[in-house]
Amino acid sequence: MSQPFRTEKGGRIDRGQQLSFTFDGEQMQGHKGDTLASALLANGVHLVGRSFKYHRPRGIVTAGSEEPNALVGIYRNGDQTPNLRATQVELYQGLQSISQNRFPSLGFDVGAVNDWLSPFFPAGFYYKTFMWPKSFWDKVYEPVIRAAAGLGKPPKNPDHDHYGNIYALCDVLVAGSGPSGLAPALAAAETGAKVILCDEQAEFGGSLLNETSASIDGKDPADWVAETIAKLRAMDNVTLLNRTTAFGYFAHNFIALAERVTEHVSNPDPNLPRERLWQVRAKEVVIATGAIERPMVFPENDRPGIMLAEAGRTYLNRFGVKVGHKVLVATACDTAWQAAFDLADHGVEVVAIADMRENPPESLISIAKARGIRVENGCVVTGTLGRKRVKAALLGRLMTSGQVASAGQVECDALLMSGGWTPTVSLYSQSRGKVVWDAEKGAYVPGKSVQNERSVGAAKGLYGLQASLENGYAAGEEAAKAASGKSAKITYAQATGGEAGNGGTLGAIPHDRNASKVRAWVDYQNDVTAKDVKLAVREGMQSIEHIKRYTTTGMATDQGRLSNMNALQIASGALERPMVDVGLTTFRLPYTPTTFGLFAGISRGDFFDPVRKTPSHDWVVEQGGVFEDVGQWKRTWYFPKKGEDMHAAVARECKVVRESVGLFDASTLGKIEVVGPDAAEFLERMYTNPWKKLAPGRCRYGLLLNDAGFITDDGVIGRLADDRFHVTTTTGGAPSVFSTMEDYLQTEWPDLDVWITSTTEQYAVAAVQGPKAREVIAPFIEGIDLSADAFPHMSVKEGTFCGVPCRLFRISFTGELGFEINVPRRHGKMMWETLAKEIEKHNGTTYGTESMHVLRAEKGYIIVGQDTDGTVTPQDAGMTWAIGKKKFDFVGKRGLERSDLTADNRPQFVGLLTKDPKVKLEEGAQITTAQNPATGTPAEGHVTSSYYSPALDRNIALAMVKNGHALEGKTLYVPMPDGSIPVEVTGTVFYDKEGARINV
Amino acid sequence: MLLIYCPYCQVERAETEFHCGGEAHIARPADPSKASDEDWVEFLYMRNNPKGLAAERWRHNNGCGRFFNAVRDTVSDKFLKFYKAGEPMPDLEAIAKEAGK
Repeated sequence: MSQPFRTEKGGRIDRGQQLSFTFDGEQMQGHKGDTLASALLANGVHLVGRSFKYHRPRGIVTAGSEEPNALVGIYRNGDQTPNLRATQVELYQGLQSISQNRFPSLGFDVGAVNDWLSPFFPAGFYYKTFMWPKSFWDKVYEPVIRAAAGLGKPPKNPDHDHYGNIYALCDVLVAGSGPSGLAPALAAAETGAKVILCDEQAEFGGSLLNETSASIDGKDPADWVAETIAKLRAMDNVTLLNRTTAFGYFAHNFIALAERVTEHVSNPDPNLPRERLWQVRAKEVVIATGAIERPMVFPENDRPGIMLAEAGRTYLNRFGVKVGHKVLVATACDTAWQAAFDLADHGVEVVAIADMRENPPESLISIAKARGIRVENGCVVTGTLGRKRVKAALLGRLMTSGQVASAGQVECDALLMSGGWTPTVSLYSQSRGKVVWDAEKGAYVPGKSVQNERSVGAAKGLYGLQASLENGYAAGEEAAKAASGKSAKITYAQATGGEAGNGGTLGAIPHDRNASKVRAWVDYQNDVTAKDVKLAVREGMQSIEHIKRYTTTGMATDQGRLSNMNALQIASGALERPMVDVGLTTFRLPYTPTTFGLFAGISRGDFFDPVRKTPSHDWVVEQGGVFEDVGQWKRTWYFPKKGEDMHAAVARECKVVRESVGLFDASTLGKIEVVGPDAAEFLERMYTNPWKKLAPGRCRYGLLLNDAGFITDDGVIGRLADDRFHVTTTTGGAPSVFSTMEDYLQTEWPDLDVWITSTTEQYAVAAVQGPKAREVIAPFIEGIDLSADAFPHMSVKEGTFCGVPCRLFRISFTGELGFEINVPRRHGKMMWETLAKEIEKHNGTTYGTESMHVLRAEKGYIIVGQDTDGTVTPQDAGMTWAIGKKKFDFVGKRGLERSDLTADNRPQFVGLLTKDPKVKLEEGAQITTAQNPATGTPAEGHVTSSYYSPALDRNIALAMVKNGHALEGKTLYVPMPDGSIPVEVTGTVFYDKEGARINV
Repeated sequence: MLLIYCPYCQVERAETEFHCGGEAHIARPADPSKASDEDWVEFLYMRNNPKGLAAERWRHNNGCGRFFNAVRDTVSDKFLKFYKAGEPMPDLEAIAKEAGK
């Protein structure tokens, strides 16, 4: 099949390998080595998309990652990836691509009506228009804007690709593999330093791949690239990463690279990831990201067929593609002339070179004349014709008066433009460096280094092949020396040709057209024109950051690399302030769009967050138990029997525990072993309670405060020996309690001889609670006398459970006779299954966290974090009994004496009973004194816990209420949308107030 | 991601192994009962938030577990000194001067 714009020979494509692909369903041919963009151009396709706002037909503008227009969707494995830049998509057999932001088709797009209505869509249009009426906000405006927003369509299915992640260390990381990247990579590598060289393109070499008019060491530049890469590849200390974008520069020389591993092949190895995230810690970084060409901002500069001059040259020399048959070159600098010469040498008719400078170099003019190319000095493009492809350009002569006089019209099917070069300072800027204005170069260039990096070559505004090589070698040597102290004798390669060019322009190009009628684009992707930038200034935007956001200029996927400088100059003119004073917007990461998949890596599905399971987990799954997530833990919520809902299951579980026995998995509770001669002293200082007099074999409830005086955690602490304590914490508080203990121990009391260890994972814990608890565990416990006299409530002892060593606690969080058995984690399953079988003999039940909550609420036991919120003191919670008043100090003691904490009117922990026992309060509901308080009345408190109590056959609640302890017996109200609920304030213990059941 | 040197392990490790513990050298009064309300509030809540050098506590919590101190430039994120807990606060001005030369 014919590729009418393919050259006869030349280029780096493999002409022997023909590949078929489709674009919007149309079958076309290209070659291996093509990008989708070059293959489309070879087929004469310039129109590839519609613009964002006005739906103008748009063509390929660049040959790189900064491409603003050629954003396409690629189908693969039945799904579509949107917004890929056709200039970066490598062609493979069977590639299917679609254009975006058009309906019903690219050629006929109804959205293009916006272009005719464009006078109504100026900058800030959205802010001004969708204000009123308010009723239209969510019903009309939002759906319409949502439908119109965005370019590509997001994929509908979960991402079926997988992504890899690699951490790497190196001495020198080089970003970019043009002349100024290859030279430092080679120089550093020869010293033996560990080098990583990455380049976002498929092939290493950068601009050298389309350089045909120069030579290095007498060789064709592309051959020199191949030799250099072969040399580097043979070195063990070098990692070469092509298709790899350095997209983020973080603190301490931490660089993120995105490597595209399989996207470019038609049948990828399923074992390979689609992309790989490289997290590189480099001792030194060499930024060799080059420079990109600037578009010229002349009227109608956005028609398909208009592209950057060097892009045209790249398509010709690297991909063997002619961008047109009749090409006009419009420029303000020298480099674009070479594009014209190369095209002419391939038989393309160059209709003219229009250089806006009065006196372009004579040397260039004579070369052009020798090729018979018409040269127009002091000449600009003032407009273009053609809808889906440029047909002709209007020329204008720049007069000394500053006016422009019409200079006729030329026919062309492609227009190459060059407004000069902009160094790519994105990575430098991300490294927190501040760019500085270089008036001579007309560019912002890197200033002082903040991190260990150096920009080289075009990335710092240093142009010319020989200069780039020299600068690169020197930078590589310096970087290697700084990173590893090594050096080597390096022979610098010598270049001929590829000299630096002069010239360049910024901002809008003068023209003789009606300024109110014509539009010149600054930011193609976001459809921002020169007029929009001026309008933003007229409407009061002073800061470049405001102008950027008001107009959206520079907010395209290239982060404004293409548009920023032109926009800045236009803004500077409108503001009548010099460019340096207007300032540049910040370049943020990522350098190019980066997939979510890359960031997520393997952290998806089961790997998103670790799941912690208790020893009873598998048994519970078999029994049909229902789990709830508590932090990372899966805890059993309740155990429904056939036909039971949650309410019924919980009611049954609670009833059985009170009447017979229940089994509960308490393995998630935090456990800390506190050991050493000063262990008791340490706990004395950490917890509010006294510990020194606690006898070995006894337990005590411990309350932990912070130094402000507020409750942060609680738990039972058992003394196993004079110098050994078994501390338990809440499930959620375990890590922070441990960390707090370490903090005080290491930094406040380093004199204490104490060792603390987290043992949460070491023990499986089964709680057996209920009147039959002793009978249930007795057959399995050896070495401990379980009688009430020998082992009373709040005892701890070591023995065995089924022959396995255990720590047995007699404690209760239900108000019933209760035991908690700790065995080594690996025996947890055995313990659980043994006890689960045993309780059946006593008509017992397993119970979950919901019943645990109900049973403790019936007894008024607090749950830290539910009934407390970080502002509750022991006095507020009614727990002054837990405070060792004679102690010299403990964490929080001084805090408790602060005037605010001892003041009247503090919220206090109380019970609430609804007047109607069937009414259940909502947790979090506000409490007031008035039945129907006026709007704005402050609440007296709020409900912290609320349950149906099976033991009382009524609803109960716990609450924090201002001065609550004094309000016992009083009636308060809980106002709800469907009426105010009267409640009586009570004590916090609803069941077995004298606590007889616990001491049997 | 910051690169942090643990003076106990004597190795540089990535920030993910560490946890920042806020401003360093805030001593808990030896006899809190003698501290005035103002002193106690100062100890509990008042912290500097300097633009420039700051002495901070760090804990190597996914490593040796030890607390240590570090001087960090809050503008550049550069660390200028790592030292063990209990060692005196270094002269920040001298460090700044040395770094600035």
